[in-house]
Amino acid sequence: MLLIPCPYCGPRPELEFRYAGEAHVARAAQPACVDDEAWASFLYMRTNLRGVHAERWRHTHGCARFFNALRNTLTDQFVASYKVGELRPDRAA
Amino acid sequence: MSGAFRVGTGGRIDRSRPLHFTFDGRGYTGFAGDTLASALLSHGQHLIGRSFKYHRPRGILSAGAEEPNALVGVGADEAHYTPNLRATQVELYEGLVAESQNRFPSLTFDVGEINNLVSPLLPAGFYYKTFMWPASFWKKVYEPTIRKAAGLGRAPREADADFYARSYAHCDVLVVGAGPAGLAAALAAAASGARVILCDEQAELGGSLLADTAALIDGKPANEWVAAMLADLQSRDVKILSRATAFGYFPHNMVGIAERVTHHLPASLRDQPRERLWEVRAGQIVLATGAHERPLVFPGNDRPGIMLADSARQFANRYAVRPGSTAIVFTAHDSAYGAALDLAQAGVRIAAIADLRETVEGPLPSRARRAGLRVLTGTTIARTGGQLRVSSAALQPVAGGTTEDVPCDFVAMSGGFTPSVHLFSQSLGKLRFDDAINAFVPDTPAEASHSAGACTGIFGLAAVLADGAGKGALAASRAGFTPAALRDSVVVAEDGAGPAYAGATPLPGRGKAFVDFQNDVTSKDIGLAVQEGFRSIEHIKRYTTTGMATDQGKTSNMNALGIAAEKLGKPVQEIGLTTFRMPYTPVSFGVLAGASRGALFDPVRTTPAHDWAVARDAVFEDVGQWKRARYFPLGNETMHQAVARECLAVRRAAGIFDASTLGKIEVVGPDAAEFLNRIYTNSFTKLAPGRLRYGVMLREDGFVLDDGVVGRLANDRFHVTTTTGGAPRVLAMMEDYLQTEWPDLNVWLTSITDQWGTIAVQGPGARDILAPLAENIDISAAAMPHMSVRTGLISGVKTRLFRVSFTGELGYEINVPAGEMPRLWEAVFAAGQAHEIVAYGTETMHVLRAEKGYIIVGQETDGTATPDDVGLGWAVGHKKPDFVGKRSLSRSALVAPGRKQLIGLLTEDPTIVLEEGAHIVADPAQKIPMTMLGHVTSSYHSAVLGHSIALAMVAGGRDRIGQTLYVPMPDRVIAVRVVSSVFYDPEGERLNG
Repeated sequence: MLLIPCPYCGPRPELEFRYAGEAHVARAAQPACVDDEAWASFLYMRTNLRGVHAERWRHTHGCARFFNALRNTLTDQFVASYKVGELRPDRAA
Repeated sequence: MSGAFRVGTGGRIDRSRPLHFTFDGRGYTGFAGDTLASALLSHGQHLIGRSFKYHRPRGILSAGAEEPNALVGVGADEAHYTPNLRATQVELYEGLVAESQNRFPSLTFDVGEINNLVSPLLPAGFYYKTFMWPASFWKKVYEPTIRKAAGLGRAPREADADFYARSYAHCDVLVVGAGPAGLAAALAAAASGARVILCDEQAELGGSLLADTAALIDGKPANEWVAAMLADLQSRDVKILSRATAFGYFPHNMVGIAERVTHHLPASLRDQPRERLWEVRAGQIVLATGAHERPLVFPGNDRPGIMLADSARQFANRYAVRPGSTAIVFTAHDSAYGAALDLAQAGVRIAAIADLRETVEGPLPSRARRAGLRVLTGTTIARTGGQLRVSSAALQPVAGGTTEDVPCDFVAMSGGFTPSVHLFSQSLGKLRFDDAINAFVPDTPAEASHSAGACTGIFGLAAVLADGAGKGALAASRAGFTPAALRDSVVVAEDGAGPAYAGATPLPGRGKAFVDFQNDVTSKDIGLAVQEGFRSIEHIKRYTTTGMATDQGKTSNMNALGIAAEKLGKPVQEIGLTTFRMPYTPVSFGVLAGASRGALFDPVRTTPAHDWAVARDAVFEDVGQWKRARYFPLGNETMHQAVARECLAVRRAAGIFDASTLGKIEVVGPDAAEFLNRIYTNSFTKLAPGRLRYGVMLREDGFVLDDGVVGRLANDRFHVTTTTGGAPRVLAMMEDYLQTEWPDLNVWLTSITDQWGTIAVQGPGARDILAPLAENIDISAAAMPHMSVRTGLISGVKTRLFRVSFTGELGYEINVPAGEMPRLWEAVFAAGQAHEIVAYGTETMHVLRAEKGYIIVGQETDGTATPDDVGLGWAVGHKKPDFVGKRSLSRSALVAPGRKQLIGLLTEDPTIVLEEGAHIVADPAQKIPMTMLGHVTSSYHSAVLGHSIALAMVAGGRDRIGQTLYVPMPDRVIAVRVVSSVFYDPEGERLNG
């Protein structure tokens, strides 16, 4: 069972969380202005990375907040977790 | 009475506590401290079971967790029966009842042994080659026959009478394994101040030291040193778990441990849980999991009476049992000489020691020679003789030459040792091949773990103790403690060293040479797999099934690799190793389930009116975790009769219905209206306080997610309802958008499903029933029209009163605090008596809504329906700039002609009720597979209409109204006419009354 670092509550067991898919998949401010191809990509295309992956989690049975985390999909080790709206810490520089 | 093969003195058994047990119905005695295996061996009983595929007689191969052969069913009755237990790990207790497995009619005469005679027909992968035609034979002949003939134990026939517990623990350092390395590691970590948990699968801690009668540690015999060490650890508050198998290493340093709390006691004494599951999360982990002895692969190496040499030594030294009278020791490793000396000490005649190696010079072989044992170097066993027990072995020089048949009743074999890297490998740690010992050892860990002792390929007691102490100190240091300075132990011991042997022995004579005893895989099978073109060890494993049995290949993996490597002409390290999976040894379903069984398997949710419905003999149905009253039969009514009566009563008078399971969410804040405007397809900004609106919610891909009625209580407060099953996902989606897409909106969301109970009162009499109860709410038609909400008091209870209808009749939904609902329910029901009110259930609710063509999300929709598909195009606010799913509604596939649309169906024969899910075609005479136009989504008999009705999703459905279509069934074709989805009161006059 993963130990997931909630940026609000600290490390908590995986059972308290729900996975919420890839992070930084932004919804357009005006979807009406997005063409079909870009919209289909937003809906369905995900990176499925081998390595450090930015993903969303929700601490459902805790603070109930969504946050982002970097996890290595090969080792399951978390590199970082950060709040919604913050930049990826490994790309912030 | 003590067994004939019990040694007169010594061992760790308690001779003052004799224990009686039965095996296959025959009575035996043993002593406290025995395992079932050692007790049976003390009576000369080696034959324990029949093998998986060939039904060959099998005995006890080992003394521990790696045992592949000696699997037994244990339990005096079916409610306490456990199959497939390793006799080498079953502790003896008074009254223990054990039976052999996979034999018919008896262990000594098994008709399945015919498989052994026809074995040329059963090579590796035989089931892929042999049982292919005819296809119809697979399910009816081949599979049942194979399943009956092959296989291990049987499942118990009654529910488990024991109970199980679960514990969670945290520590700085977890030490797995309490042999010399683990004990030393635990002491070093605890002395540094770390919180330590030490677990071991055995009843007694000490590992290999329990069978070591020669070694001296710090001047003490090994068993005295162990006792002193345990006392020391206890004084340092180390938590010690014995009978506790670490079966799985999970991510982020969590280890699953199955502790046998009372499983080793008679059922009558089990006043504690039978087993306990520990989930231990450790800062650092020391793996001191030891090593398993490797068998030698020679023809006839599986006969009862052939055992691993170090295991034989354990039986002699720890359990005071002579495993035979006349033994041949067959080895490729020095350690077996120590075993031979200990066996001789226990009274076993050593007929010969055959060593595959030409040159043997170590201290143990020298001692064996000095003791006068006959040592034959460069010698192999070409074959063995015997039926239910080994009776001879044919010794042959490896260089070739004549064989010498030596009579014996016991063979002790040793190919050296394989480090137990199971847990390390489960944790995704990388292994490397160590040429010096011819085995894989831990290399780079993936978790905060440190392997110590024999599981790293370090052998020799002094080195193992030093490594354990070092790794314990290192773990404590990594956990943030300053390592304590401990002096090294002074060790006097003779150790066998050298590389292990991998592969088949040379010059094999006739007979099967087994690699994997549990799955009956021979060296020829591995060779055949290579010959047939399998190159990857992962493929060879799956084709031959080697290493795939419940023993996880503990004794077989390296020999299989060695044979494959030789056949492929490559070094072992280039072949690679297969994946180790949890569990290390089989774990009971009981301990994994814990308390989650029976009534506690899944939470049951009941409504505030549940007890009332129970008292009225309601028939309940499960809706998710909810129990919902389905109908309220009177007397001997069938469901059909009860539902027809309830439906007619609602249409003609009034009905009361428990709608408490509807999901409810309170949406509050200055931006609440704007938020709902973006979440729902409908417009909410202009909804006036005091009004209700039916809302449809889409996923971002444009498909219907949920629906429900939303009431605006105030400018900044909404009472949102969802479907019964949809509440969690709707709230999760709302939170997602609120937190991540529109964090600028000032809105709070609260689940209020359990806080508010909901009583639906529906029917022409509804207003007359409620009017006297409504204290400060004017519910007249003029003051409270359809789709309005009022707050106030009803019969003294605070209410959010909705005027809303899911039946097509005049109706109300009375939301009240859940605790007050039973009282109000009684009040409404009492007031309704004069108006002939009836209680109705979900089945009636379904019929009533279907008569009106109201959809149920999840029944009419399947995750691919747009609002327009299900006739809800009117609810889509196309003028709104944006809402969730809006952009997707203009995708080409979602506006293409010919999409499935909701319509009604009437059967030509009004008595026929279609089957839900039935397919619909235009031409029933067309060839199979037919072109299907759609399917029936809801179908009922309508009492008020006097005929059956159905809703269906049909391609281009609305343009087909008036057409005749067909529903092909196995026994007939049913003609149906396409009609509007609204069957009853299409003008909606009744609900506006």
